[in-house]
Amino acid sequence: MKLTTLNNGAEYARNRTAQDLHGSKFDYSGIIFRISLLIGLGLGILILGAVLWDVIGDGTGYLFNRGWDFITGNASSRASSYGIFEGLRGTFWIGVFVIVFSFPLGIGAAIYLEEYARDTRLTRFIELNIRNLAGVPSVVYGVLGLAIFVRALDGFYPNSIEKHLGSTTAAAGSTLAILVLPIVIITAAEAIRAVPQSLREGGFGVGATKWEVIRHHVLPYAAPGIFTGTLLSLARALGEAAPLILVGGVLGSLGPKSSLFEIEQLGERFTAMPLMITQLAKKPAFIGDWNSATAGAILVLLVVVIFANLVAILLRNHYEKKRS
Amino acid sequence: MNPEITDMKSTNNELSLHNDQKDKTLNRIFEVDDLNVYYDDFRAIRDITINVFANEITAFIGPSGCGKTTMLRSFNRMNDLIPSAKITGNLSYRGANLYDKKVDPVEVRRRIGMVFQKPNPFPKSIYDNVAYGPKIAGNVKKGKEMDNLVETSLKKAALWDEVKDRLKSSALGMSGGQQQRLCIARAIATNPDVVLMDEPCSALDPIATGKIEELMTQLKEEYTILIVTHNMQQAARVSDKTAFFSVEVEEESDSRTGILVEIGPTEKIFSNPEDIRTENYITGRFG
Repeated sequence: MKLTTLNNGAEYARNRTAQDLHGSKFDYSGIIFRISLLIGLGLGILILGAVLWDVIGDGTGYLFNRGWDFITGNASSRASSYGIFEGLRGTFWIGVFVIVFSFPLGIGAAIYLEEYARDTRLTRFIELNIRNLAGVPSVVYGVLGLAIFVRALDGFYPNSIEKHLGSTTAAAGSTLAILVLPIVIITAAEAIRAVPQSLREGGFGVGATKWEVIRHHVLPYAAPGIFTGTLLSLARALGEAAPLILVGGVLGSLGPKSSLFEIEQLGERFTAMPLMITQLAKKPAFIGDWNSATAGAILVLLVVVIFANLVAILLRNHYEKKRS
Repeated sequence: MNPEITDMKSTNNELSLHNDQKDKTLNRIFEVDDLNVYYDDFRAIRDITINVFANEITAFIGPSGCGKTTMLRSFNRMNDLIPSAKITGNLSYRGANLYDKKVDPVEVRRRIGMVFQKPNPFPKSIYDNVAYGPKIAGNVKKGKEMDNLVETSLKKAALWDEVKDRLKSSALGMSGGQQQRLCIARAIATNPDVVLMDEPCSALDPIATGKIEELMTQLKEEYTILIVTHNMQQAARVSDKTAFFSVEVEEESDSRTGILVEIGPTEKIFSNPEDIRTENYITGRFG
């Protein structure tokens, strides 16, 4: 700025203000932070993309060739005739157990902790422990399932083919239901905690009982969060392999084929999609089509999990729309 | 359901017929006697003694932290929702002890409705907001009867003309002032005896505030209204009685307690208060 060209003080002041307002400092740390965030995001997407690319590349051709036979067939010693039905059936029943036992129990526990329990030391101790339980490695839950559902409740299911072994579908489902229970409780409790107190007061203010406030106002408002959390935990349960190995999942064919919905198989031995994938991946890649079969099985499991997530998103949107 | 309170309610209906008798003891809606409210060890209000009369607007004014809201929320047992809250002294509603063991707070709140500081309509339709209270009370049939009740409640709240064409649309799509009038409609839909208002205009602009104030003066024909306000002009404009609360700081422990300085006809409180603290407050020399 050339002072000599200024002819009055007002113009000088104006120019001076303008000059002061021009930022002189370059926000290096901000830019670096932003770049590192982008790198992190990019790496995540890159890895996911690479896995998908690999699996889709290996598996789609195989899936198209096999068609429904791959879905409805039993495990076999040849890749060209391998079927994942037994795994799908096990995974289906595990999902049923999680939905039937973990969801009501977990959401109920969350309602109790948030709405009914007094804020005492005992309550806080319990909450802390639920959080810790959510972080316990899944293998440990496998040991728990082995001790309780396989050993202690051995022979509990009267139709058990091999009564001396409690490694049944029911034991596997119960183990995974227990595994996701803390996660269900935590996410549901977070969603309930996020319900504004003013909404509860509005309900009480017109003479609603505690249960009416919870049923009519708290739960509908918390529903999107509860559904998102619980269904994501379902997806997690469907993908677990380690606890199933400990509970005694079969890494081979189960023998004669029974239908998906037959309740008797709760007392029979089981396998599940993650176990089948483990087993398929261990087959020598250079013999037959095992590599493609593995990729095909992974694709099917991915579709199942994505479907669970999709339902979660749809339910969330539905209830979010309802509350606005 | 407490039979005592039901009886009280029916007495009220008879009472309104004989209002011209001006029997002050019968006209007493609330009698508060030496009331103390504690949150754990903290005493929020101390030794409050107030009478509230039927079909009047009683305003509670005073600086922040003086316990006005705590006092207001004692009238419909809203403080019960805070686990640490404890109450001593006597608070009777039409002669019945509100804090008797047999009293059901749910029944109390059906008779003593509440409008909150921030408009808090339910995330439902306008219609469902108004219909909710009567619906859970179970004394109004769905359909025509409910439609009529929703309409009269919205009319009493001076909202009908603005919303009659969109009763099924979400209450959250309305302006703040409309939402607050909806909350008033929701409160009076249960046909209460008393309406408690906790700073109902603090989140509203002057035009919406004016509407609500006008509404209050109309509503007092049918209801007894208690209002907490930070706006002294508002108290002066709408209320019949004004209670001035203040904070007392104990020197040794630095604990703060809300006390009632004085209560009287609004005109007198604002023109010729008895206590110097009231005068200082209303002339803006304190608080």
